[in-house]
Amino acid sequence: MTATVEKARRRTPGLVPGRDPLRLGRFSGVWRPRTVVVLVVAAAVLVVGAALNIGRGEFPISVGEVLSVLFGGGDQAQRFIVLDLRLPRTLTGALVGGALAVAGAILQAVARNPLAAPDIIGITMGASAAAVAVIVLSSGFGAVGALAGAVGLPVAALLGGLLTATSIYVLAWRRGVHGFRLVLVGIGMNAILYALVNWLLIAAQVYEAARAQVWLNGSLNARGWEHVVPVGVALVVLVPAALVLAHVLGGLQFGDDTARGLGIRVDAARTALLVVAVGLAAVATASAGPIAFVALVSPQIAQRLVGAPRPPIAASLMVGATLVVLSDLVARTAFGAAELPVGVITAVLGAPYLLHLLVRHGREARA
Amino acid sequence: MTQTATDGAGSALVAAGIRLRAEDVSLGYGDRLVVDGLDLDVTQNTVTSVIGPNGCGKSTLLRALGRLLVPSRGHVLLDGKRIDKMPTKEVATILGLLPQAPSAPEGLTVGDLVSRGRHPHQAWYRQWSADDESAVAEALTWTNMADLAERPVDELSGGQRQRAWISMALAQGTDLLLLDEPTTYLDLSHQVEVLELVRRLNREVGRTVVMVLHDLNLAARYSDRLVAMRDGRVVAAGEPADVITEPLLAEVFGLRAKVIPDPVAGTPLVVPVGTGA
Repeated sequence: MTATVEKARRRTPGLVPGRDPLRLGRFSGVWRPRTVVVLVVAAAVLVVGAALNIGRGEFPISVGEVLSVLFGGGDQAQRFIVLDLRLPRTLTGALVGGALAVAGAILQAVARNPLAAPDIIGITMGASAAAVAVIVLSSGFGAVGALAGAVGLPVAALLGGLLTATSIYVLAWRRGVHGFRLVLVGIGMNAILYALVNWLLIAAQVYEAARAQVWLNGSLNARGWEHVVPVGVALVVLVPAALVLAHVLGGLQFGDDTARGLGIRVDAARTALLVVAVGLAAVATASAGPIAFVALVSPQIAQRLVGAPRPPIAASLMVGATLVVLSDLVARTAFGAAELPVGVITAVLGAPYLLHLLVRHGREARA
Repeated sequence: MTQTATDGAGSALVAAGIRLRAEDVSLGYGDRLVVDGLDLDVTQNTVTSVIGPNGCGKSTLLRALGRLLVPSRGHVLLDGKRIDKMPTKEVATILGLLPQAPSAPEGLTVGDLVSRGRHPHQAWYRQWSADDESAVAEALTWTNMADLAERPVDELSGGQRQRAWISMALAQGTDLLLLDEPTTYLDLSHQVEVLELVRRLNREVGRTVVMVLHDLNLAARYSDRLVAMRDGRVVAAGEPADVITEPLLAEVFGLRAKVIPDPVAGTPLVVPVGTGA
């Protein structure tokens, strides 16, 4: 083992310990084997978890058969069940998980605060409030309701998320945005929007309230390709943007003065990063509801796995996708005939972590 | 002198070896004016220390010289050009700065911290070029930090941490360095160690340094020029022997003191008598 490491070192001799170079033409970066291992393992777990999830249902299909269908094999019935009926659910879960995790990674890094996840600072709640308003109002209120219903839930959620983020940013802005104030303003905004959602649920007809409640739990039930496409497009556009901006994000980890000294246009960079994060979080929420705590927990898990000083983008993406797919699998299998919404499982996993964060922050604040 | 320098005047400044100039600069935060109509020249290849009592505007001035603060009146010129009109990334290849008590994320290694200094030379697809690598290795060697490259910054001692940050500024490869109280929180031997490093950077590789210092005796020993400030104005500027005088100490610091020659370096040594209160 050590011999291979020594050999690898000799092949790519680094002048700086811990920062062996990886260079290909114009591209250069630091070779971080631990990140690569995490990405590969997460991808493997994701594929197996997805295959297990797809295989489950009234007509069970084995993992091997699911994988063979995914790579172009299988008979016609299997292809229909896997590709048309079941893949969209799992794919939506993976994409939504990845999008939420990247949004969380960006926000936590920009705010330099692990509490600054979109589900804590009210961005997913803003998207939810808009979506619930659409669900509840579209059947009442005549012309306005009909218009809201036609615009559709995803667009409403996106607008709600962006509007909330803009409000938080404006309220928290005081000659620049500071992470802690962003989190506090966001928590306040979250509470206001939560009250709004509750009011909508109380004011609504029983049937609409029930529909909204299922959506609010974060559910992957009855997801079709129409749910896959928006979040897929958002990921294809915004994740590369996030990876490009990650370089600047590294510089933003220091105080603003240090970052400016390094030639970073701090406010412009921060705004661009926030837009990317909010876009990802809002589109994800539109597709599957506010799946709780994925955006909070995944970047922190990824950060610990790769041993980085801040939430890493690519590893967060993979961890988030895997977390949601595995949670969905548990939600559908662990409770017999009752299939729970995926958000219930992620909440059970994530809530203790949030408590841990709050307790630790409280201790640090006192110390 | 209150006019903006034209290109002609700018190249005249460069020809005269004036790297940084503050021209009738007023600075403040909100409505509070901290520095009022200040003029200052920083000459190529010198170590300049700004001294003065707490709250006199030293750090504020340094932030303006490093384009972190835009003057409400007047301009800062870098190599004859208005620093606020230059792209910030271009400034970052000429001028490096070390803020007072900078903070690094928990768990960041020394190697990764110092490598961040290469940011102005990098792009998202070019994050660790051969140039970056050799500049970082050299910076770590200069500050004697190479052996600690894989250690997290938050686990270092105060002196090591400050050397790590100076390495980062060095890796940036700028020939101008602005250091805001680089010796704060350090014990005396580490203060001397940091200032000896600064002097070597100046003498051996021609870095021009402007720093804010509290300790008058160390400032006198390790600087070519001193700038004494009080209430946002420059009271005296020049060689240490001309600036550190008994009347000036009374005027700037309200301190009664004897000034004798430093038995080691021959520079002025301040021996306080009392505040005269």
